[in-house]
Amino acid sequence: MEYILIIISALFVNNIVLAQFLGICPFIGVSNKVGTSLGMAGAVTFVMVIATMVTYLVQTYVLARLGIEYMQTITFILIIASLVQLVEIILKKVSPPLYQALGIFLPLITTNCAVLGIAILAVQKDYDLIHSVVFAGANAIGFGLALVIFAGIRESLELADIPKPFKGVPIAFIVAGLLAMAFMGFSGVV
Amino acid sequence: MNQLQNFTKGFIKENPVFVLILGMCPTLGVTTSALNGLGMGLATAFVLIMSNIVVAAVKGFIPDKVRIPSFIVIIASFVTIVELTMQAYLPDLFAQLGLFIPLIVVNCLVLGRAEAFASKNNILSSAIDGAGMGLGFAFALTLLGGVREILGGGAIFGNKFIEGDGMLVFVLAPGAFLALGYLIVIIKKLRKTA
Repeated sequence: MEYILIIISALFVNNIVLAQFLGICPFIGVSNKVGTSLGMAGAVTFVMVIATMVTYLVQTYVLARLGIEYMQTITFILIIASLVQLVEIILKKVSPPLYQALGIFLPLITTNCAVLGIAILAVQKDYDLIHSVVFAGANAIGFGLALVIFAGIRESLELADIPKPFKGVPIAFIVAGLLAMAFMGFSGVV
Repeated sequence: MNQLQNFTKGFIKENPVFVLILGMCPTLGVTTSALNGLGMGLATAFVLIMSNIVVAAVKGFIPDKVRIPSFIVIIASFVTIVELTMQAYLPDLFAQLGLFIPLIVVNCLVLGRAEAFASKNNILSSAIDGAGMGLGFAFALTLLGGVREILGGGAIFGNKFIEGDGMLVFVLAPGAFLALGYLIVIIKKLRKTA
């Protein structure tokens, strides 16, 4: 039951992109096509779950044990950066088709603040390992959900007759605002 | 390009938020009021100036292949300094900005300037570039925070000048996207006529 609450809250009520403003850069940047946004969502899910698992273990068994929690930011970003590299190398060897699909998105993920944000949030919320992993997975799927819906809207938006100054990024923000408003309808569900 | 142009380009011509569209997460996340925007902007500006200086100073010693991780470590060190200082002296502001202070590390603006400018220029130009871009970022965040505060609460910098509640939506999440979208349109128009 507790896990279901975490999942629903992360997917709809506190959607990572539309309510918490994490991962806006890829949200605006790679959401032109549904296909690419699915690829991005997959890569983010993959990295976010592994990164949260590793950062949780490092936080609990290294940083907290040694009493150097203030090194959190530096440690976490290094873990995420090296993890992304590692995932890239392993995927290339083990599953070339998956690497083909996710490859170009992986380097972008290091600077996706959603990954670092979720890792820090999981620590701040005092979750245990399983809770952290569920939390990360649910948020990653929430990210994917927002990204894919948004890409779908932007695909049809390309055919619309938009005033010139609004073309491109501004209309994307306004659409995101309306989408965020729609998601606000979920508030109070949990 | 002379140093004055180098400094002023960050405000309008290459404004990181309105023109380059970099560093969107803190831009949208913390600008519920002008003061929060200013605090976040100045924190980012400090990190940007310091990391630009250090990157420009050590660029000759870092092998090309590991430069991005090295830059990230430099940036993360300054972010930790800001985080601990703010927690000690400005606990209220720190509580408001919360998660977004450690997230300065992954602000693409900071890494972007280190890679695109500081790693190719001398210390003085890099410091000036960092100051210009950082203050341009702070300016954009304060402007967006001010617009949201006026429309959402009828106040500016915490001083209420309109009675009543205002349009609450501008303080909530959707308002951030809407206000930024319209501000970019206005800035685009202004740049074309200017």
